[in-house]
Amino acid sequence: MLTLQCPYCGVMAEETELHAGGEAHLTRYGPGSEDQDFESYLFKRENPKGVHFERWRHVNGCGKWFHAARCTVTLEVFGTYPAQTTEPPQDIKDTITAKRPGWSLRNLT
Amino acid sequence: MSNAVSALQGSTYDGVVRVEEIGLQGMITLRADLGEKPIATALKSVCGTKMPGQRGIESKGDISALWMSPDELMLLCPYDAANDVAAKLTTKLAKTHALVVNVSDARASFRLQGAGLREVIAKLAPVDMAPDQFGIGEVRRTRFAQAAAAFWLTDDETAQIFCFRSVAPYMFNLLSTVSRPGTEVGYF
Repeated sequence: MLTLQCPYCGVMAEETELHAGGEAHLTRYGPGSEDQDFESYLFKRENPKGVHFERWRHVNGCGKWFHAARCTVTLEVFGTYPAQTTEPPQDIKDTITAKRPGWSLRNLT
Repeated sequence: MSNAVSALQGSTYDGVVRVEEIGLQGMITLRADLGEKPIATALKSVCGTKMPGQRGIESKGDISALWMSPDELMLLCPYDAANDVAAKLTTKLAKTHALVVNVSDARASFRLQGAGLREVIAKLAPVDMAPDQFGIGEVRRTRFAQAAAAFWLTDDETAQIFCFRSVAPYMFNLLSTVSRPGTEVGYF
């Protein structure tokens, strides 16, 4: 059972109170963009064995979207943070680096 | 005007705890950035309550302010006063980015009374109900089985729950079923 702390209401919410929203920090390519960019934005997702950044919604709670950094192998949660950001905050990255030296995902290290 | 009635018109059930639909309850939703000063000032002048902290509840007389999210507040007041309170708040907040709506008829409210309260709630909601983990005066939005709901404890033996009106019979049946005599677990 996955338990994540919602950064907005501070509740330790377990999985059934949340809704998964897929990979976080995607760059959006909208109207007028190259077909290839649009295709990758729409369909191409990372499926890493290890560090992953995900979007979650506290659906049976405050209703807010937030981000979570976790390990897909051990289910260890490195931290959660508000969604108003285009990349993980430095303290989250530092925590991950301390526990998984040399990690990388897309252009994030 | 037609007569306003609550979803279950005061149904009750006596078991491990007493389950009671509390009838008409005035509810006003206030959406705004709760960190902004004009919001707290308007709340203080119209309702007399302080701005509740994260997941907090502040009461003054028959009005309570419940923290629902960083940008949502739920105000509870007598049913007949709801339109008036909402109108006053709207006037006060005319120059602020805020939304005030009387949503009294959108929800159903329940009261649980009895010593087995924590255990009844723990059977339905994914919330740690241990007394040192969930105290009086904390508002928790969660789910009761499949229905979204919010609840808080007013004292050690009384809790109040609200959910959407459309799931009121479902909620009443849930609460009654898990508080059927003989189903005590005695964990807390």
